[in-house]
Amino acid sequence: MADMIRATGLVKRYKNTTALAGLDLVVPEGTVLGLLGPNGAGKTTAVRILATLLRPDEGSAEVAGIDVLADPMGVRARIGLSGQYAAVDEHLTGFENLEMVGRLYGMSRQKASARARDLLDRFALSDAGDRPSKTYSGGMRRRLDLAGALVAEPPVLILDEPTTGLDPRSRQQMWSVIRDLVSDGTTLLLTTQYLEEADLLADDIVVIDQGKEIARGTADELKSHTGGERIEAVVADVARLDDAARALAGVAHGEVQRDAARRSVTAAVEDDGAGRLMQALQALRDEGVELLDVGLRRPTLDDVFLTLTGRAAEDDASDSETEEVRS
Amino acid sequence: MSTTRTSPLRVATDGWVVAKRNVIKIKRVPEILVFVLLSPIMFVLLFAYVFGGAIDAGAGLDYKEFLIGGIFAQTVVFGATFTGAGLAEDMQKGIIDRFRSLPMSRSAVLVGRTTSDIIYNVLSLVIMALTGLLVGWRAREGVLDTLAAFALLILFAYAISWVMGYIGLLVPSVEVINNASFLVIMPLTFVSNAFVPLESFPNGLRTVVEWNPVSAVTQAVRELFGNTSAAVPVPDAWSMQNPVLYTLIWVALILVVFVPLSVRQYRIASSR
Repeated sequence: MADMIRATGLVKRYKNTTALAGLDLVVPEGTVLGLLGPNGAGKTTAVRILATLLRPDEGSAEVAGIDVLADPMGVRARIGLSGQYAAVDEHLTGFENLEMVGRLYGMSRQKASARARDLLDRFALSDAGDRPSKTYSGGMRRRLDLAGALVAEPPVLILDEPTTGLDPRSRQQMWSVIRDLVSDGTTLLLTTQYLEEADLLADDIVVIDQGKEIARGTADELKSHTGGERIEAVVADVARLDDAARALAGVAHGEVQRDAARRSVTAAVEDDGAGRLMQALQALRDEGVELLDVGLRRPTLDDVFLTLTGRAAEDDASDSETEEVRS
Repeated sequence: MSTTRTSPLRVATDGWVVAKRNVIKIKRVPEILVFVLLSPIMFVLLFAYVFGGAIDAGAGLDYKEFLIGGIFAQTVVFGATFTGAGLAEDMQKGIIDRFRSLPMSRSAVLVGRTTSDIIYNVLSLVIMALTGLLVGWRAREGVLDTLAAFALLILFAYAISWVMGYIGLLVPSVEVINNASFLVIMPLTFVSNAFVPLESFPNGLRTVVEWNPVSAVTQAVRELFGNTSAAVPVPDAWSMQNPVLYTLIWVALILVVFVPLSVRQYRIASSR
């Protein structure tokens, strides 16, 4: 299996910041790599370099076996890019947008037009296809933008935060569209700041922060990084929190965490999570603590990010954003 | 960046696709067109009736007759702002990113934009000519000379379009291009013979006016329209003696400098 994307030592500096500080990426054919990080981590800069929109200061990159610096035109013919901000022309209809992109890929008028109708169908946009895209909802625009990236059936797809700013329903729709694409064997590089999204769509995840990789692996590998499962119980009466903690102490590995605000107690368990959970339930019943919720919780990628960087993934959303989008 | 050259045929077909897109926008947002066309009408009426009595165009020449050539020149220069604003908007909205990620010709977006903007200029020239006819202006030198005058105006407008296109790719937003171009275009068109006769400028400034390309365009179309008077001699400056040739030299010069400059800027431009 060939590597469809291979980047080595990418460095990009701006006046006051280093957007990328030596990033390596490898995406084997037919797989999905999730590039995960907060705003300003360098995701968009990496995408722009791979899509030939930006030259790196150092390092090299190949897409579909073609050097992005030596033959950008060759790379452009083999990628589909859908950016963070839906780059559709709002005055054009959905059909006109897609047809134009097809023509600019060098297709004949007939072929571009047929392909546009095809894609509108596939993305549930045929009814709206002849309306100016300015009348579309955010989710529809995003789907149109994604359709634009697929016009030439590129072997490599690059999606830069495809669901940022979408409502939950549109996000679900987008995810199912992307999953269909990937099952067809398209190689995908996906950037996201949603840990859930990377977990759901990506085979491999590279977590970056301040232009550098800070972790790499499958979602499961990253999760096991942060330790095993834990039991979390929410009590009905906050006055019983200490009783609940005492009940869990018997099954906990290490100290039981108390969170009065959430009325919850959390106990890390080392092995046999299900068995420990049953023991914990018995102990809580013996203690006579009324529960609102209890469960075995696996660490999420949010926990991973917190462990790796010491801060939550979406903490510093605003301050570094300007630097990133300037890239 | 890219050393890959695309064939002239590809530039033409890609440019045509981009131009078509811009024309669709004219159809979809007719309000823009309305304002583009109203402002020259306003200028003709304003100058003809407000300043018409105060400014003396020279012996034996009606000011309205004198004015129209100047208004024509000024309007096509202002029209070029459109090119810059269009490109700045495409940058802002990420559409240039989409274009740049496609295997299309590097110059097509600019070629398409400047070409489609000719439509605006043709339309505003038509509207202005009609307004001019209403207030008493006439083209007196026959069809060929009249057509030559319009062709020269459009050629000049096309060249200025490339200058504005370059600026449009440099500035961060549409608002900036509108203000920036105002700062350039106002002096360029007012420090010319477009609205007041050359003789009324003080000595030092008069040289600037004589060699200002806007003056040359104005002088050229006045001569081609026959809006001159034998009683007002043409200044001795070479640029005024050969206004058509001098204008064509400017057109060539601007294109030679700004076409490569703009294409280069397009290649390295980054959105937002």
